[in-house]
Amino acid sequence: MFSIEVESLTKKFGSFTAVNSITFTVKSGEIFGFLGANGAGKTTAMRMLCGLSRPTSGQASVAGFDVYRQAEEIKQRIGYMSQKFSLYADLTVLENIEFYGGIYGLTRGEIKDRGEELIERLDLRGEEEIMVAELPLGWKQKLAFSIAIMHRPSIVFLDEPTGGVDPLTRRQFWELIYEAAATGITIFVTTHYMDEAEYCDRVAIMVDGNIRALDAPEKLKRDMGLATMERVFYSLAREATRGD
Amino acid sequence: MKQFWAFVKKEWYHISRDYRTLLVLIGMPIVQILIFGYALSNEVKNTRIAILDFAGDSYSKELTDKIEASRYFETVTYLRSMNEIDRSLRSGEAKMVVVFPNNFTQQLVHQHESQLQLVTDGSNPNLSATLINYINAITRDFQTRVINEVSLPYTIHVQTRMMYNPQLLGAFTFVPGVIALVLMLICTMMTSVSIVKEKELGNMEILLVSPMHPLAVVFSKAVPYIGLSVGILSIILLLSVFLLGVPISGSIILLYVVSLIFIISALALGLLISTITNSQQVAMMISLMGLMLPTMMFSGFMFPIESMPIPLQWISNIVPAKWYFFSIQSIMIKGLGMEAILKEFLTLCGFAIFFLVLSVRNFKVRMA
Repeated sequence: MFSIEVESLTKKFGSFTAVNSITFTVKSGEIFGFLGANGAGKTTAMRMLCGLSRPTSGQASVAGFDVYRQAEEIKQRIGYMSQKFSLYADLTVLENIEFYGGIYGLTRGEIKDRGEELIERLDLRGEEEIMVAELPLGWKQKLAFSIAIMHRPSIVFLDEPTGGVDPLTRRQFWELIYEAAATGITIFVTTHYMDEAEYCDRVAIMVDGNIRALDAPEKLKRDMGLATMERVFYSLAREATRGD
Repeated sequence: MKQFWAFVKKEWYHISRDYRTLLVLIGMPIVQILIFGYALSNEVKNTRIAILDFAGDSYSKELTDKIEASRYFETVTYLRSMNEIDRSLRSGEAKMVVVFPNNFTQQLVHQHESQLQLVTDGSNPNLSATLINYINAITRDFQTRVINEVSLPYTIHVQTRMMYNPQLLGAFTFVPGVIALVLMLICTMMTSVSIVKEKELGNMEILLVSPMHPLAVVFSKAVPYIGLSVGILSIILLLSVFLLGVPISGSIILLYVVSLIFIISALALGLLISTITNSQQVAMMISLMGLMLPTMMFSGFMFPIESMPIPLQWISNIVPAKWYFFSIQSIMIKGLGMEAILKEFLTLCGFAIFFLVLSVRNFKVRMA
């Protein structure tokens, strides 16, 4: 059972091919990493899967629905968190929870129960009424992730979710991701941190709009005879001609 | 519907927590009304003038007394020679000098004709013209009285009456003008800036990925601003009626209905601006420069449209504020009903629909 199926997916902006005929599948409950330098096309690929951008050609289905024709069904079943920060700084923790619960169509009771549970899990008890602006960045990101999966999506897309935080906080963030994956949520994550790549079940490495390698991190390292994902990534990304 | 209210609530938090912006939004119309009402005025009152009286006889004295007695003028000095006129105007001591020639009374009585010279400071043409009109009126009045003594066979007595605004209060024009200006600014600028802010923060993406329809996102953003605009409109009306004594002669309901249509067209314009830019600053600049100036210039509240060159009159037709200004002026001051402003009303509806369709289309194009 595949959560995401992509075949020959292409996105062109004028004469520039941002994503060049990529093909891959993601299994249900898998943590799938999308690696690439800036400008490699990973965010564009993710945006097509989320329905934010229309593919130029190729096929893709998310949670069993076609990205061209069934965008609304897909939206009901996915969560999304972007590299740019996604909570409202001038709203309290609780108000953010209520707002996102509201736009995902949760009932008042569901918002209350899941909100309680979420505050408990993140150890935010007593901090519900403070403005999100006052939370440390690591907590904001954990909160944003928890809110992104509050409506129990079958897939969650994370676009460089841990930008700007230290490795320790990143590690804690990944514990949340593992917890979510354990409940059966498929995780699709883009990153350029190689320590994060190691945490994924499988990774796809994008270079100049193409997928250059796709496998479990262990297998990639073994096949290429390199010790770390960092080395694997550099040996592939070295050929890149674009970037910013 | 639940999504919609969750959104409106969130938007209301944003507005009510941004104290500075809220202060500007509520404070700006109040300050504008007060400034236009009390400080800025194109009515002429107690203008300083100088008198140069070579005659010094009975009629010249009598006319001088009449001029001084009017509330328009205040004599600050009596000059002695022609040489002093220039100095007096230059120093700003007087805005106008009234010169009586020698033998003013004698010539009037014996030759039935006399001269009166007015020297004004032309660096302010509007003021000069107004002053001359006032002196003319006073002189005419005086003349009629003198003529009656002599008695001419034919006389035309001009009776004037200023309808709707008998005291010629400036407030009658600027209150509708300020309303149009403030609503345009608040609706357009605030909507465009708040939508672009979501884009800048990256929250727009989250909202677009959510099951909420993209257009629902945008429309629920507009609702709190409609509420805010109606509130501010009410504040301006209350101030105008109770502080400045501007009447609302027509139907208040009609006034609000027309205002609502104008608000919607301004919001749609804000939405349109938000679809063409991703930066709050650009959105603000477009709203300010692109809308505030045309609104002030072409709505007819500062400069009469009738006296503009024909091409500018055409341009004024594409400024929604012009139609709105005319409508609310008709309703508030003249007390006219729907039948009198039907053309303006329909034009405003047309603008609202046009901007809405254009921005929705543009919004969809952007999405792809």
